[in-house]
Amino acid sequence: MEWLQQLFNGISLGSIYALIALGYTMVYGIIKLINFAHGEVFMIGSFTGFYAIAFWGLGFFPALILSMAVCAVFGVLIERIAYKRLRSSTRIAALITAIGVSLLIQYVVIYIRGAQPEAYPNVLPNRSFDIFGVQISSQSLLILLVSVVLMIILQFIVHRTKIGKAMRAVSFDPDAAKLMGINVNNTISATFAIGSALAGAAGVIFGVYYTKIEPLMGIIPGLKAFIAAVLGGIGIIPGAVIGGFVLGIVETVVSALGLSLWRDAAAFIILILILIFRPSGIFGKNSKEKV
Amino acid sequence: MNKNVINVLFALSFLGMILAACGTGGSGASGDGGGDTVHIGVNMELSGAVASYGQSDTEGIELAVEEINEAGGIDGKQIKVTKVDNKSDAAEATNAAIKLTSQDKVTAIIGAATSGNTLAQAQIANDTETILLSPSGTSPNVTIQDDGTLNEFVFRTSYIDPFQGTVAANFAIDELGIKNAAILADNASDYAKGLGTAFKETFEAAGGTIVAEEAYVAKDTDFRSTLTRIQSADPEFIFIPGYYEEVGLIIKQAREMGIEVPLMGADGWDSPTLVELAGADALNNTFITNHYSSEDPDETIQNFVTRYKEEYDGASPNAFHALGYDSVYLLADAIERAGSTDSTAIKDALEETKDIKLVSGVVTIDKDHNPIKSATILEYVDGEQVFKTKINP
Repeated sequence: MEWLQQLFNGISLGSIYALIALGYTMVYGIIKLINFAHGEVFMIGSFTGFYAIAFWGLGFFPALILSMAVCAVFGVLIERIAYKRLRSSTRIAALITAIGVSLLIQYVVIYIRGAQPEAYPNVLPNRSFDIFGVQISSQSLLILLVSVVLMIILQFIVHRTKIGKAMRAVSFDPDAAKLMGINVNNTISATFAIGSALAGAAGVIFGVYYTKIEPLMGIIPGLKAFIAAVLGGIGIIPGAVIGGFVLGIVETVVSALGLSLWRDAAAFIILILILIFRPSGIFGKNSKEKV
Repeated sequence: MNKNVINVLFALSFLGMILAACGTGGSGASGDGGGDTVHIGVNMELSGAVASYGQSDTEGIELAVEEINEAGGIDGKQIKVTKVDNKSDAAEATNAAIKLTSQDKVTAIIGAATSGNTLAQAQIANDTETILLSPSGTSPNVTIQDDGTLNEFVFRTSYIDPFQGTVAANFAIDELGIKNAAILADNASDYAKGLGTAFKETFEAAGGTIVAEEAYVAKDTDFRSTLTRIQSADPEFIFIPGYYEEVGLIIKQAREMGIEVPLMGADGWDSPTLVELAGADALNNTFITNHYSSEDPDETIQNFVTRYKEEYDGASPNAFHALGYDSVYLLADAIERAGSTDSTAIKDALEETKDIKLVSGVVTIDKDHNPIKSATILEYVDGEQVFKTKINP
């Protein structure tokens, strides 16, 4: 029973990693940039949700949607201001800029509101069910459900809509896409908007599930999501989801074995192992990578 | 390279000259040592990261000084206080101590609020033979250096960290009748590790069993898997030494998972943020050890609380207020018994302090310059701290 409980703990954790990892992987897929500021978009989403709930009295779903919208705009702004003009420069320049943007956002938020943590208000009713000896709270069920629904919507957008088709085309070959009449700039912005909206949703879900939010909260989940994205094969959307869940479950198993102090280390060991033995990730095709 | 070294040496020697000049200038300026005042320096965190600790300590100190001066001072000598802000920074604390000892020529320094900033002054206190009394620095190495030598002129008013672990173990066994306990400690802090070890030793010595011992690292947010592990060991009680940011989440997650046993921690829990993070319901059936409770019916405490409320518009004094207040009385008592403001005499008198009744308990100073006194146990009831009992060492 203990193991079933641990598995459930892992899936809940993994669903948050998966949501953030999606944004990483989408952005990488389209402009080959590892957007290290993604963890900060997640943090901004979390704070937007917090202020919406605590000060404007919104419910969980309105706050979730508001925070997704704010993050979408925020993500596009980051892309337009910081990354767009670097699109033709070296990848290392864009990467360093991304790290700079990440630090900038963190410390501007600290400058504005201070570094003290905030406690997320209780917006969801919380009852625990006992299923086969596993304690499952209604909150974590709802959160899992929201994550899965968002992932299904994303899958629909990417494969069944025009903008999704454009995204896939740009990701495949930007120059050819341009020749076919696709507006590459708008498509890249749309990718940032969708990825950031998912990070915003993850921020609100994280806040409700873990209660404590603070300006530096994006760093570790951001890095973990990055690992999840690499694990699944960066640039591949289903890979990010599977990578997220696998990472969540691995971390939980490590803790469950009594090695809780090794949990973060385990995640980074996975990153190193993947980069050594299978750099294209679980779902990646083994292609000659041009890093 | 060589040129740089020479430049640095030159700059240092220049700095030394300036300092020396300041030192002599200072001693010339303040010739009023002795006479009819006792000059005490306050070196506190009045701004910066832990300003709330330093400010509370200082308010307590000022209240006590006012009271003593109104009542005629120490042996007829009025207390004169010089406050310096160390900005919650160890280097600033050292600077402030240099200023207080060389320029103001104080008899004693009260401060700082935290162990680290007190340690930053210890060397200066020993060298200049100035009493250094920390109201709330609880780390054992404030008074005893790592190699076991005593910081001769350094004292403290609070008890030390591991003591709270001992008290918690005694409380669990004697008052709650616990046989099996688990420990979940913050592995990144000496404070939590010290408490955890002390709890374990005392609890096992009294015949209890530690069924699970787990650790976390500060800034973790997900404790469910570790808690599941603890849950499967089926403890009757969980000791969680740590700070409120993580403890709040641990308590919330534990209660969600159906862990209903009593949880206990120490003064690191003592913050309004804990209640926000964990929720008032989840905090029921949890206990903390603390320095004092403003709800304690004891007469000394109630007098202090009333006095404080008159001064500060009805606000309730916290443990730091009480410790700051007690520090002044502890020092005043020693100066009175020493009969002079000679620092060696005061040091000897402080070392001989026995059974002095203060707000935070009846204090005797032991050979390590730490006070022996009782600890207060508080219980959280619907988000409020309620006085539960006092445990003697």
